[in-house]
Amino acid sequence: MEDRRRMIEMTGIVKKYFIDTPNEISALRGVDLTVYEGEFLAVVGASGSGKSTLMNIIGTLDRPTEGQYTLDGVDTNAAKDTELSNIRNQKVGFVFQTYNLIARTSALMNVELPMLYAGMSRKERNERAEELLRMVGMEDRMKHRPEELSGGQKQRVAIARAMGNDPSIILADEPTGALDSSTGRMVMDLFHRLHQEKGKTIVLITHSPELAEETERIITLKDGAVISEREGIGHAVV
Amino acid sequence: MLLYENIRLALSSLRANKMRAFLTMLGIIIGISSVIAIMTVGASMESSLTDTMGSLGATNITVSLQEKEEEEEGESVEMGMRFGGPGRMRTPSEEDYFTDEMLREYCDYYPDAVEAISVQESLNSGQLLVDKLYANVSPSGVSDGFFLANDLELKAGRYFSDHEIENHSMAAIISDKAVNNLFQGDEEQAIGSTVSLVSGDKYLTVTIVGVYEYEQSAYSFGNTSEKDLTTDLYLPLPTARDLNHTSGTSSFTVVMAPGMDADSFVSSTEQFFNVYYRNNRNFEVYAFSMSSMLDSLTSMMGTITTGIALIAGIALLVGGIGVMNIMLVSITERTREIGTRKAIGAPNSAIRMQFLVEAMVICLIGGIIGVILGTVLGMIAAKVLDMPATPSVSSILISLGFSMAVGIFFGYYPANKAAKMDPIDALRYE
Repeated sequence: MEDRRRMIEMTGIVKKYFIDTPNEISALRGVDLTVYEGEFLAVVGASGSGKSTLMNIIGTLDRPTEGQYTLDGVDTNAAKDTELSNIRNQKVGFVFQTYNLIARTSALMNVELPMLYAGMSRKERNERAEELLRMVGMEDRMKHRPEELSGGQKQRVAIARAMGNDPSIILADEPTGALDSSTGRMVMDLFHRLHQEKGKTIVLITHSPELAEETERIITLKDGAVISEREGIGHAVV
Repeated sequence: MLLYENIRLALSSLRANKMRAFLTMLGIIIGISSVIAIMTVGASMESSLTDTMGSLGATNITVSLQEKEEEEEGESVEMGMRFGGPGRMRTPSEEDYFTDEMLREYCDYYPDAVEAISVQESLNSGQLLVDKLYANVSPSGVSDGFFLANDLELKAGRYFSDHEIENHSMAAIISDKAVNNLFQGDEEQAIGSTVSLVSGDKYLTVTIVGVYEYEQSAYSFGNTSEKDLTTDLYLPLPTARDLNHTSGTSSFTVVMAPGMDADSFVSSTEQFFNVYYRNNRNFEVYAFSMSSMLDSLTSMMGTITTGIALIAGIALLVGGIGVMNIMLVSITERTREIGTRKAIGAPNSAIRMQFLVEAMVICLIGGIIGVILGTVLGMIAAKVLDMPATPSVSSILISLGFSMAVGIFFGYYPANKAAKMDPIDALRYE
């Protein structure tokens, strides 16, 4: 396992808010985390444990106050804002609890969006977006707008979008949090397929212990620090 | 990101809020259309002014006598038109008049510059009578140069012959309108006819030698019927002078040869004639040309039009503020969208461009509608004012460019605000 490629390598990550004021808060207090290529990892913890902060830093939406973070071989500490945009575009695929599809824009166009920012040609991104939507079983809803889709359908489009530029990691923040259990199951199965068939590295942030158990490794956060790390049971796609 | 995608995006977001987009555009539409309408009317007025002045002969110099300023007052009035104070108006008398001698010397002195000299001697207005038919006329004696100076061409017949001029003949050139009244429009019958002319208390007999085409003067208002219309009747100058018992004139018009500089020749002419009036106690010579008047009038009109257009531009400014306002609202509403785009990897510049293009699209669509509306309004106004409608292409282009500039100017702040949003805050925004 150690000789596999390291997708995420974090050492001594500290994140403080309201620095040098009386209400200074440490959201993360020195987190070390390594995620290898092709791993399916769950980060669990109660609210306020620092999950979201960790996710933001992994996704390069935020910078740590202290510590080193290397994403797929790129040192993020040294990157400028525009470089971070580029890293997010190329190396990270976000899946949000609230889907965050662009309203009034077709599913196809939503999936094309990261490719558009990557400067891919119209024809190329069109073909790729169609292929990704087929992969998530949305081939007959491509022209539909988010308003016309159900929650599960929206999340499938969002996953297709996350795959847009074939990212190094997929970062899923409570992806089933807004879905009923059967739809949530379907979405989780999709992640398992991406993991097993495409070999994607997936970081799942959740507060559901059952979902976390399906993954390969479970990291538990409490008060901004990793308190336990263990293997999950795993899950076989039926 | 591609401009095309941004425009598509902007249009789809405008479609999503049709009413709001329309109201926002309305400000731009009103601003642009009022600027365009005013510019169109201004350009129409200018071209109608130029036409009118041109028809009066822009290359003509009018030379007249005017009262000398009294020495002790010592101040000179700059503007051309000077009026004597009440009660001290003097009219030039026979000995003050320009004589034929002076005019001949002037023509000899500037043989290349002077094309013709037009002198007109007015008689009392009256009527032409043929049996029981009549035509109102305003008779005057005119020199040869008159027809050239006034661009008057004959429809039938001929100008006065040298013989007629030398012999002070009672030959007349009348208008086609008078021919309509007296000869049912038969010009062939009119030419050579001898008719009675009543002018004031004089009963004369004139022979018609020519017919000219009557043109509605730019200054003739009112709606006299064709039958009672008063048109000019021309006699040879010496004939009219006999009737008025005079041998000179108090004013005349010089037709300049083409290519002459009007301004400098006006002052040369004034200087030339003032030599004769050095010792005249009451009068001096004043000359002016239509072209120099035209220049100052045109520039005055231009200033007025620009001034009004600037005021209308304030409406555009208000429209621009409306655009900025709605863009700020739109950005707040779409905070999560902005956050999502940033998470997906949109750099700040792409976000800025997206909203800038949206503001520009609003302004440009508003601008195009405004240009169309303004042109239509301006043309209607020109029609109502009875002037040639001249939509000004330059002002249309400037307005479109200006509306884009309004979009950039008022769109930049909101777009920049969107670009600088923190992605985490934006994603969390409810």
